[in-house]
Amino acid sequence: MDFLIEEYMKVHLAQMKPILGNLEKNAGKHFEIIEQAVEEGCDLVVFPELSLTGYYLLDLVYDVAMDETHPVYQRFLEYSNEIAIVFGFVYESREKLFYNAASFVHRGKTVHLHKKVYLPDYTLFEEGRYFAAGNSIEAFDTEFGKCGILVCEDVFHLSSLYILSQSGVQNIIIPSNSPARGNLEQGHDASNTWQTSNRYIAGVLTVNLVFVNRVGVEDGVSFWGGSEAYDAKGRRLAAADMFREEGVTVEVDHDSVRRARIETPFLRDEKSFIVRNFLNEEGCGK
Amino acid sequence: MKLNLDLTVDILANFIKDETEKIGLKNVVLGLSGGIDSALSAALAAKALGGNRVYAYCMPYKLSSDESLKDAMKVAETFRLNFDVIEITPMVDPYFDMIPDIDKLRMGNVMARQRMICLFDMSAKVAGLVLGTSNKTELLLGYGTWYGDLASALNPIGDLYKTQVWELSEYLGIPQSVVDKAPTADLWVGQTDEQELGFTYRQADDLLYAMVDERRRIPELIEMGFEEELVKKVAEKVRRNQFKRNMTVIAKVSQRTIGRDFRYCRDWGY
Repeated sequence: MDFLIEEYMKVHLAQMKPILGNLEKNAGKHFEIIEQAVEEGCDLVVFPELSLTGYYLLDLVYDVAMDETHPVYQRFLEYSNEIAIVFGFVYESREKLFYNAASFVHRGKTVHLHKKVYLPDYTLFEEGRYFAAGNSIEAFDTEFGKCGILVCEDVFHLSSLYILSQSGVQNIIIPSNSPARGNLEQGHDASNTWQTSNRYIAGVLTVNLVFVNRVGVEDGVSFWGGSEAYDAKGRRLAAADMFREEGVTVEVDHDSVRRARIETPFLRDEKSFIVRNFLNEEGCGK
Repeated sequence: MKLNLDLTVDILANFIKDETEKIGLKNVVLGLSGGIDSALSAALAAKALGGNRVYAYCMPYKLSSDESLKDAMKVAETFRLNFDVIEITPMVDPYFDMIPDIDKLRMGNVMARQRMICLFDMSAKVAGLVLGTSNKTELLLGYGTWYGDLASALNPIGDLYKTQVWELSEYLGIPQSVVDKAPTADLWVGQTDEQELGFTYRQADDLLYAMVDERRRIPELIEMGFEEELVKKVAEKVRRNQFKRNMTVIAKVSQRTIGRDFRYCRDWGY
């Protein structure tokens, strides 16, 4: 069992708009926000998906890609001595593959680098054309308990959630670039889907959940923001405005996971052998 | 088809502001015809930037109706826009005089392109982006002049059907006379869009919404109760006018061809 020193983790949801393809300026913006978060006494600051680069990169992917040795990445590692940071960028691997990635950095080290597994490549998305897909979903240990990062579309695959849950995560961090669309009578489809999904995940997996979505417009596509945090009972702790660049700081109670798992012990009762049997014997292609 | 009006206004005003200011400009420029589409674009721009940063021009030809000019002025007053009248008659008449057998369609196109010339010149004068005023129905049907009224830097209403333009215009307090009048390109006396198209906007919008937004195929549309003749006519218009919605077709020779494998956003670096 993990004993945590602090009762709360103070998380800053950095709902921002990056400049498309300008690594240096975006890095500067990150550092300003990080410094403010440090000043506020935050333990963790979470930026959106591709926060260092912007979303519709197209052929800019190859210009903004970097690895841990890049000076900008090194600056993040320096800052991480003061605060844990999750940020989004294009990761260029040694094999010269380009990933839509998010890093969790803390105490001068990369604690975890997640490569987005599910690259949406339909309607207004074309990530599959430019990025290599990650091939694992992994939980990782942090000073705030076990965490998992899912980048945007990763969330909409139940297997991602299942793997993180079975790996024992207490916190799920979701950097996102969700565009507003399907704007009909009932509010737009994207925010409805995300809010429903976030609440469901937090409550059913009994985890704390931090969702950070960007704002701003790229070639007519508006990213809606609405970043939010939930506790392990599925209660919304805080939410940022839609469409506006604004940071929100929230205190996430570590104990909410414990309380939720006593009251609603879905994790305890999960019978993963059923899934194993299904995959081994009947599933997939039969 | 019904809109969440607050949210739509938020998205569109934010779009105008963001896409204008990020490239370092403060103003927008648009043609105000007296019709509802340009009134809506203007109202949204005023909402986004304030009327003092919106430069609206009414550009009548001698055959344009007086009502149109009056309505344009009403819109400019309502939203406190910078407003001017640029009469295009002395610009286009010399050209028409050179071509005695010019027909109405060609005249309409020449006038639309002349207005485009004026707007882009005003754009340079006031350092403002040209705002488009074509709605989704017109764009899909190809009911506009290529490099004329279809030319713009930003189009806030290009993803709204005419029916939605009406709904949003009432919500934003566009003068009732503008909302109520029959849509017209005002190319000749008594012209109305619906007469020229051969169907009403409401008919077209219901059909286009099912065809485009809901991706229903032709047999399905007919089964839903849309008249076969209308479905085929509209589908053919949508197909035939694709060229107006694309950039110039470039012959591929190299490894990297502009538009095909040299791909960047307009917002590159902004």
